[in-house]
Amino acid sequence: MLQGWIQIALTLMIVVAITPFFGQYMARVFMGQRTFLDPVLNPLDRAIFLLSGMRSREEMTGWQYSRAVLYSNLAMLMFIYLIFMLQGVLPFNPTGLRAPSWDLALHTAISFVTNTNQQHYSGETTYSYFSQFAALGFMMFTSAATGIAVAIAFIRGLTGRPLGNFYVDLTQAITRILLPISMVAALVFIAAGMPETLSGPAIVPTLDNPAVSQAIARGPVAHFEIIKELGENGGGFFGINSAHPFENPNGLTNLIELVAILSIPTSLIITYGIFANNLKQAWLVYSIPLAILVGFIVIAAIGEYQGNPAVNALLGSEAPNLEGKEVRFGWAQSALFAVFTTASMCGAVNSLHDSLMPNGGFVTLSNMFLQIVFGGQGTGTAYLFAYLILAVFVTGLMVGRTPEFLGRKIEKQEVVLASFLILLVHPIAILIPAAITLTFPEQLAGISNPGFHGLSQVIYEYASAAANNGSGLEGLGDATLWWNLSTSFSLLAGRYIPIVALLLLADNMSRKQPVPATAGTLRTDTGLFTGVTAGVILILGALTFFPVLALGPVAEAFQIAKGIG
Amino acid sequence: MSFAREAGRAIRSTLVLWVITALIYPLVMVAFGQIAFPFQANGSILTNAQGQPIGSALIGQPFTSDRYFKSRPSTTSYSTADPTKDEAGVLKTGISGASNLAPSNPDLLKRIQETTAQLKQAGIQPTADLVYTSGSSLDPHITPQGARAQIARVARIRRLQPNQLEGLINQNTESRFLGIFGEPGVNVLKLNLALDALNS
Repeated sequence: MLQGWIQIALTLMIVVAITPFFGQYMARVFMGQRTFLDPVLNPLDRAIFLLSGMRSREEMTGWQYSRAVLYSNLAMLMFIYLIFMLQGVLPFNPTGLRAPSWDLALHTAISFVTNTNQQHYSGETTYSYFSQFAALGFMMFTSAATGIAVAIAFIRGLTGRPLGNFYVDLTQAITRILLPISMVAALVFIAAGMPETLSGPAIVPTLDNPAVSQAIARGPVAHFEIIKELGENGGGFFGINSAHPFENPNGLTNLIELVAILSIPTSLIITYGIFANNLKQAWLVYSIPLAILVGFIVIAAIGEYQGNPAVNALLGSEAPNLEGKEVRFGWAQSALFAVFTTASMCGAVNSLHDSLMPNGGFVTLSNMFLQIVFGGQGTGTAYLFAYLILAVFVTGLMVGRTPEFLGRKIEKQEVVLASFLILLVHPIAILIPAAITLTFPEQLAGISNPGFHGLSQVIYEYASAAANNGSGLEGLGDATLWWNLSTSFSLLAGRYIPIVALLLLADNMSRKQPVPATAGTLRTDTGLFTGVTAGVILILGALTFFPVLALGPVAEAFQIAKGIG
Repeated sequence: MSFAREAGRAIRSTLVLWVITALIYPLVMVAFGQIAFPFQANGSILTNAQGQPIGSALIGQPFTSDRYFKSRPSTTSYSTADPTKDEAGVLKTGISGASNLAPSNPDLLKRIQETTAQLKQAGIQPTADLVYTSGSSLDPHITPQGARAQIARVARIRRLQPNQLEGLINQNTESRFLGIFGEPGVNVLKLNLALDALNS
């Protein structure tokens, strides 16, 4: 048991240790300062800007930035939808797959354009190699870069700068952050055993019974794998994602995947600190999600370590819950991965979340409800600061002063935007479609596990869509017209309404006259204020969803404790 | 800015970024993998003395006969099928999958009761890895305890000394990364290939 906790602690320490360096690097990139990759990348950037028709790099307002996000994402969405529907006649299709149904292709396209990667299909049997690397792999870069760009624009606005130009930020997020790291890590992944080939599946006779053959699915996996984690995408090349030995063959690849999953959302907080010239505040803010993360890991890991009491009775000994888990990861790495992937909105899985103990179900759902336990690529950081603004407002009310954040007054419009995007959109996108689905359990829901867990399955699917996470309780029969279309609604609402609200909020903040700090100014870089913020997050973020947590995983835990059957 | 100009810029930047991230990047990586690490890049395919492919070092296989160490229960039977009656098309693409049974699902308990009974009948003391299905259904490993629980049975059928098998298990155990990250696992396909090599 101790060995498992050591693995977990060391992984967390690596994640924390790289944040100052990576955060500083990202700040240099987006402040236009020199970085060591400049000699190679400056000419590449210039070529891209020239070919994209960007002679001028004008500063954009909040509305212009939002429109650029929407237009470019719409162009990408239509482009990859076209690739899916034409995959039957496009090259690199060794298994001869035909076009998927229109609603599945639409759901996949929306799910990947929103950085979610919710998959209502199995990669091996649905999408050709070309669809995977040229459509899904493409969106993994651009949707992640869109998130980073929005976060940077938000940070710029919050710190009183102009928001910047979306296309410049999008391009630089790819050429200076996502692509160089992906190239290096993909080389390591290939050396560690991941396939990177265009050949079709290998068919071999099995050793035990040569009359039975085994089909070994493969493909260009390694390059896809790293951007899947680094970009918080999470869409597996194979149906079973990072549990597949080809997507995650050993302890080394698992460690790299874990670190990649959290590296950008953690580091962006430090990037903010450099922009705001207040690293102390950045580290204080950082401590909120880190503390929640550690608590969640402990809860989930204890659940998996203790295992299923009913099964332990059959085995006659205490054993961890290994249902849906791989031997090479065991309880510790599986629980850790489950928490990381839902905390960061990555959505890759190395064990099957449907078979997690209720502790794991509670934690993974809570992560997706809160959305700020480092949170999604870029958006998580922005949500965290939106909570900070709300905390400033709440404390301002308590002490009877006009709330200010970074020397700028928080007024009605900011509070409306921050509370609307945090408090309202998320529950609307999760609870309303879930309520409709649960009204027709036979016709719509497709629940595969009976009892309280069935409720978790439905809630999880919409929470994963609205939080742009993409993992799922995969027993759910979700490859239906209803699921494809209703989750598409949650995907789009959970992605674009907050992005536009964040950009408008940032725009408002950047236009305000700074007020000089006086003795009466509420300081936001203190432990006390950080504690208040954590309280605001837990009260506003978690209480909304507490009833479904109580009816899902909490009730299931009591059921298991009482005895199944 | 006019609609046409905004839309034009969105489309052009989409196409430029597509060429870089979706064509150049993957194809360069495929070329690199094929040149520098052809074994790994093609799926770590193991071959027999005649050079015929017989499996992958990273993917498990089903073992039911008493002459071999058993691997973990799999929901897809390790992506295998009889080529003469493969209506589901398993062999066309290869598949992966999991039970997705919740810990509170009575079906899980029923299945594990059956598996436990089968293992006991075969003279194997059940361990967690041998009764729970894996995540991918292709798990190449069992735990060292799961392997040792099978020594007596295989030694009896193959007329081998138990300590010989103990040695084979140790040789085919893949350890943690740096001795820290992950869990040790016995590669069942490699172990059984080594068994066959010992007997021949």
